[in-house]
Amino acid sequence: MFEKILLPAIGETLYMSLTATFLAVLLGFIPAIMLILSDEDGLKPNAKLYRSLDVVINTLRSFPFIILMIILFPVTKMIIGKSIGTTAAIVPLTIGAAPFIARLIESALKEVDKGVVEAAKSFGASNFQIIFKVMIVEALPGIISTITLTLITVVGFSAMAGAVGGGGLGDVAIKYGYYRFQTDVMIYTVMALIVLVQFFQSLGDYIYKITKK
Amino acid sequence: MIIVKNLDKYFGKEKVLNNISLEINKGDIFALVGHSGAGKSTLLRCINGLENYGIGTLKVFDKEIKELKKDELREFRKNVGMIFQHFSLMQRKTVYENIALPMQLWKYDKKEIDKKVMELLELVGLSNKKDSYPSQLSGGQKQRVAIARALTLDPKILLSDEATSALDPNTTASILELLKKINEKLGITIVIVTHEMDVVKSIAQKAILLEHGNIIGSGYIEDLFLQPDEKMKKFLGEEEVVPETGINIRLHFPKEIAQYSIVTHMARTLNIDFNIVWGKLEKINTHVIGSLVINIEEKDEENVTEYLNEKNMRWEKA
Ligand SMILES: Nc1ncnc2c1ncn2[C@@H]1O[C@H](COP(=O)(O)OP(=O)(O)O)[C@@H](O)[C@H]1O
Ligand SMILES: [Mg+2]
Repeated sequence: MFEKILLPAIGETLYMSLTATFLAVLLGFIPAIMLILSDEDGLKPNAKLYRSLDVVINTLRSFPFIILMIILFPVTKMIIGKSIGTTAAIVPLTIGAAPFIARLIESALKEVDKGVVEAAKSFGASNFQIIFKVMIVEALPGIISTITLTLITVVGFSAMAGAVGGGGLGDVAIKYGYYRFQTDVMIYTVMALIVLVQFFQSLGDYIYKITKK
Repeated sequence: MIIVKNLDKYFGKEKVLNNISLEINKGDIFALVGHSGAGKSTLLRCINGLENYGIGTLKVFDKEIKELKKDELREFRKNVGMIFQHFSLMQRKTVYENIALPMQLWKYDKKEIDKKVMELLELVGLSNKKDSYPSQLSGGQKQRVAIARALTLDPKILLSDEATSALDPNTTASILELLKKINEKLGITIVIVTHEMDVVKSIAQKAILLEHGNIIGSGYIEDLFLQPDEKMKKFLGEEEVVPETGINIRLHFPKEIAQYSIVTHMARTLNIDFNIVWGKLEKINTHVIGSLVINIEEKDEENVTEYLNEKNMRWEKA
């Protein structure tokens, strides 16, 4: 049972959540940087840009994930070729996580000491250098925490995606634990999820500690 | 080197600098002094273009700062180092990496960076701390790192915004000593912003006093402290209490007049008695200046003033 059902399910969950988190970080970084730049005391204040991004991010974040997934079926189908399955689940997971990540990276970057940014300006750093060589470097521990938190949230969401045909641990829990009353399978999947989350959290904490000096 | 003429600066509708004019020469240690909120930092930040100004001119090396384009401004800032009250070091970089950062951003050669950083570590006395992180350093050491960082691009001017305000008196003294050394050894012009009179007195040659965005006094430190006018006195928070009867004469002792024996000499020569009613000594840079108020009888006034004039003393009725 373990090798046939549980192990592949763990593999699928890892595949979905790691890929989606990775893509979401890439996708979320861009608006996060735009928010930091256009903020009223940012490097290139632009109230209009800031407010539009703000609205888009808040709107996306307020969708319940399950609804977002259904709304995105056509988009998913366009990108992946089908709207159901493990790979297909990555699309809504990414789009659900990206605005979340954007907000968290924005606040991690905002925590960077204003004085350090000022000092960088004083020796002639460009805005690009200030963002990439100063702010992101200083905010790295915060960004690591952000990614850990997102990854764990995405693991939870991926279980939900599993329930509507996405595969993974959620799928197993529904199929065996719920429909077939196999309580033991249900317990194993939950345990697998707990271990997974615990592992990611510990790993994240470890990397945080290394980067935080 | 730095010339400011009729500069005004607003934040929204609030006027924070009013008709500022001043001139700072090469090699000066020049202080902008004033209470909190007077506009000192704002004025300082106009010098390296961190703050813009609407009206008036501000020229550094004959260039009008507000007319510089973005890249010209970045290039210009290589010539103007800056240090801050809270050090503003990167927490996640070592001392070495912090000092190296400006040169790295300007794409200097690795060897050149290493040579310069080592040199500066030596200058600020932190060679043994090069691999430490800022969190492992004391306040004074952090400021030394910040000073080294500000010197990496070989600036001609160093701006200091309350650089010693977060430090204890002994550490303050050692940082000021270092700034003086930098001024003398490297010939760097230094502009310091401070609200601490002791800092001004121990390091600066010239100063302006700012209050609510207005210059209320300017000149050589000795003159400012030697013959403070009403505003300056109020600023320093000292009101001397002198007798109401008789005549009070304030004597100034500039650095050239080494001793105060002139007072006793006068008493003997003129054969008069008088009271010393107020006095103050002040250490400015390396020398001492002071003033003394004596209270004489009215009948002696003519003799005393004649004597003082003869001796070329600076005096006035108090
Ligand atoms: N970025 C800003 N926006 C609006 N007002 C400011 C800003 N910076 C400074 N001020 C105001 O300008 C005045 C002068 O400030 P500042 O130059 O920092 O004074 P100081 O350095 O002498 O303490 C103060 O009234 C302050 O509130
Ligand atoms: Mg200030």
